[in-house]
Amino acid sequence: MTLAVRVIPCLDVDNGRVVKGVNFQNLRDAGDPVEMARIYGQEGADELTFLDITASSGDRETTYDVVRRTAEQVFIPLTVGGGVRTTEDVDKLLRAGADKVGVNTAAIARPELIREIAQRFGSQVLVLSVDARRCPSGTETESGYEVTTHGGRRGTGIDAVEWAHRAAELGAGEILLNSMDADGTKDGYDTAMIEAVRKHVTIPVIASGGAGKLDDFAPAVEAGADAVLAASVFHFGDLRIGEVKGALRDAGHPVR
Amino acid sequence: MSSAAKKIIVFDYGFGNVRSAERALAHAGADVEISRDYDKAMAADGLLVPGVGAFGACMKGLREARGDWIVGRRLAGGRPVMGICVGMQILFGRGIEHGVEAEGLDEWPGTVEPLRAPVVPHMGWNTVTAPGDSRLFAGLDKEERYYFVHSYAVRTWELEVANPHMPGPKVSWTTHGEPFVAAVENGPLWATQFHPEKSGDAGARLLRNWLDTL
Repeated sequence: MTLAVRVIPCLDVDNGRVVKGVNFQNLRDAGDPVEMARIYGQEGADELTFLDITASSGDRETTYDVVRRTAEQVFIPLTVGGGVRTTEDVDKLLRAGADKVGVNTAAIARPELIREIAQRFGSQVLVLSVDARRCPSGTETESGYEVTTHGGRRGTGIDAVEWAHRAAELGAGEILLNSMDADGTKDGYDTAMIEAVRKHVTIPVIASGGAGKLDDFAPAVEAGADAVLAASVFHFGDLRIGEVKGALRDAGHPVR
Repeated sequence: MSSAAKKIIVFDYGFGNVRSAERALAHAGADVEISRDYDKAMAADGLLVPGVGAFGACMKGLREARGDWIVGRRLAGGRPVMGICVGMQILFGRGIEHGVEAEGLDEWPGTVEPLRAPVVPHMGWNTVTAPGDSRLFAGLDKEERYYFVHSYAVRTWELEVANPHMPGPKVSWTTHGEPFVAAVENGPLWATQFHPEKSGDAGARLLRNWLDTL
């Protein structure tokens, strides 16, 4: 009896529509996040993550509606992140049907937000999203990794490993570790960074950024990740959830 | 699915994803309503008690909604109750979180304690070892996995049933770092540490198994 490695597809959602998403056969509407979520669920996804990139906060109602409709049809855990700034935002997403909420920039600006969310809703709802990169020349942190904002364009000088550790102490239930260096490269996960974070936190770590081929997933788990997240390789149909699980199983890792 | 849908009340006391439970039960064929109304909760074929967050906070919320009474009265009359996650934990004698002890409903003796494992919370899909005659897990393969998310658990099952004419409680176990109680079937009182409402097809089957007994 061992906990299975979770395979998590992530959908970028803009104003109620999936941003990138083609190449799926038997899909009526590849732009509908609810439809995509249902297909991923059927394919064996262990959880789903929606990243809401809607620019205007006035359009959040659309997001709540997507979450509501997804939760009516898909009976696996759903995490929703993007633009979460207050405990009220968390409350609305949970009420709409999200099981977990991803928090990123707002917690960097005000770490107390992590404690507030954990105390009100429990640690299990809080996924701290960390967009991290190797320190560019001229900057330095103890671990060699720094937290970024604005999609990796801005460095903060905050040590990424230290931040993950602090967030766990404040009450985060999980760390979503997104490598901004590996993101989009399809060259594999940043296993060195996963190892560095794994050594310093005892809450689950989700590896994100860089998945391109089937052989990329097992090394992330061997580096200490409890779950592997990917977006584009699934959307574009390059890899299927079942294939990734097969590759993990072949490498000796338990999967559902 | 039986011809008449079973009436289920998902007890709404402010702690737990009541919507998830409602949708999954409806999907499994029940006539579900989210409510904290005393009469409705007493009259339902089954009462489902969800729960998330801290043990002490859940107990406080449950008492404020008279949930402690409702659960006790229903069980005294042999009326089915099902607890999920912290909704299972509060059925035990006491919970210890951050060194603070809180009283539970004490339907079963036992203590809810921090789970000792390298990575906590225990978050994700795990297998369950159920007794062969379990009705909750009937028809479900032993390799099947269920969705857990918790940092506390019951390590020791303490209830002894001495009466040979009474069926003993059926206790199912899972291991994460150490073995802990994953589910209990004890007369009208059933409970799971995992979330059947989030456990895909396996969870739906398990909820149907419960509905079929009502």
